[in-house]
Amino acid sequence: MTRRVVVTGIGCVSALGGNAVEFWDACRAGRSGIGPIGGIDMTGIRFSNGAQALAFDASKHFDEKQLVPLDRFAQLAIVAAREAMGQSALDLSAEEKQRAAIVTGSCYGGKASEDAGFHSLYYDRSPRVHPLTIPRLMANAGASALTLELGWQGPVWTVSTACSSANHAIGQAFWLVRHGIADVALAGGSEAPFTYGSMKAWEALRVVSPDTCRPFSKNRAGMVLGEGAAMLVLEPLERAVARGATVLAEIVGFGMGADAHHITQPSAAGAARVIGLALADGGVAAESVGVVNAHGTGTAVNDVAESSALRTVFGSHVEAMRVTSTKSLHGHALGAAGALEAVATICGLREQAVAPTANFVEADPETVTPVTSFESFAHEVAISNSFAFGGLNAVLVMRR
Amino acid sequence: MTESTVPPEIMERVLKTLAETQKLPLERVTATATFQELEIDSLDGINILFALENEFDINIPDESARLVNDIGELAEGVWKLVSEKQPKA
Repeated sequence: MTRRVVVTGIGCVSALGGNAVEFWDACRAGRSGIGPIGGIDMTGIRFSNGAQALAFDASKHFDEKQLVPLDRFAQLAIVAAREAMGQSALDLSAEEKQRAAIVTGSCYGGKASEDAGFHSLYYDRSPRVHPLTIPRLMANAGASALTLELGWQGPVWTVSTACSSANHAIGQAFWLVRHGIADVALAGGSEAPFTYGSMKAWEALRVVSPDTCRPFSKNRAGMVLGEGAAMLVLEPLERAVARGATVLAEIVGFGMGADAHHITQPSAAGAARVIGLALADGGVAAESVGVVNAHGTGTAVNDVAESSALRTVFGSHVEAMRVTSTKSLHGHALGAAGALEAVATICGLREQAVAPTANFVEADPETVTPVTSFESFAHEVAISNSFAFGGLNAVLVMRR
Repeated sequence: MTESTVPPEIMERVLKTLAETQKLPLERVTATATFQELEIDSLDGINILFALENEFDINIPDESARLVNDIGELAEGVWKLVSEKQPKA
């Protein structure tokens, strides 16, 4: 069984606002959510900016009792899912709920809960940690909380593949629905990485920009961390049409593969191969791709390797396409990145436009040149790239 | 090439730290060896910077780390940071 799979609901919480409408409005305006990191003493850390979901107020979405087992990353996942489900207006019978899937991505899980527990243990010499530390920190906490909220009992799991987590999650959910293993799916990713320990670990890796994220710009100085969540409701086209749901976009292809090259250095060949796999999975010709939402971290090496991969796959068509990296707007939200970028890609397909790459200063002959201001652009197909540390690549192909 | 201003004891500690971090025999790690000769890639570089920061109790800024191309320049950079840290006589 092979079915066409469409998106009928999107939801997100990010540095660009508390929902998908605010997110896309900021994308349209090229308004970056990057700013000084709050809530953490950044004294002595070599970077001070991040893209935090400042508008998110948990108390507006959960009562105090509900919040007890939920780390921030799980809260974000739930709120994004509620928005997506509301837009989709999916109404499942008890039987259908047994075939409804949830696949989420998260790089870190409940890092803040773990940090707080271990700080009290190691530093304050507290004799015990909170009994819900484990349920809060487990990477599947968001997915599991969603099963409780929705009553869905089908295949549910969480993917943790660093910066590709959400693309892997959406891609696998897409395959589940396409091949009839699940009737509907909720898929995306969530991340809340802003803890002191985590910031120190990123500082040590020397890939974070001291000021801002400038993908494909010659003077780029690294990535900027972000937080947030985005979720998509996926269902077969036939079902969506039959129930009169609004089809936001179609997911047509997914590709994944490993570089087997280096733990942190990207491989242009590995990225090119996986973009090719995604296009082949969707039966899409390279020349029909109009827009690329790039992995585009703004690090020196990623942007060169990704540009090389794009030139390999698309050849001279690269000049006709539009490439953008919305990480310059919503930051690099790690395990949520692919999901936020999927929302930007879907909104772009719907509006026939491209969100700009913010903070761009100067073209780099070694990289492609991105779209730097909001642009109306007719396109039928867009791809969204995620290339994770560890050499794990995942690419989604979407159609209008 | 200008002559190194790095005191021998500082150079010795830099080379020893590098050898230990890279699991290389000390005799292979010389002041004139290139990173390429020692098969040091960018991730190794980060590990070396971390080890040097601990060894000398210094903070090596990302911008200066990016400009370093060989062990001589690395040792010069470390010595500069160590000198700046020492109280003026």
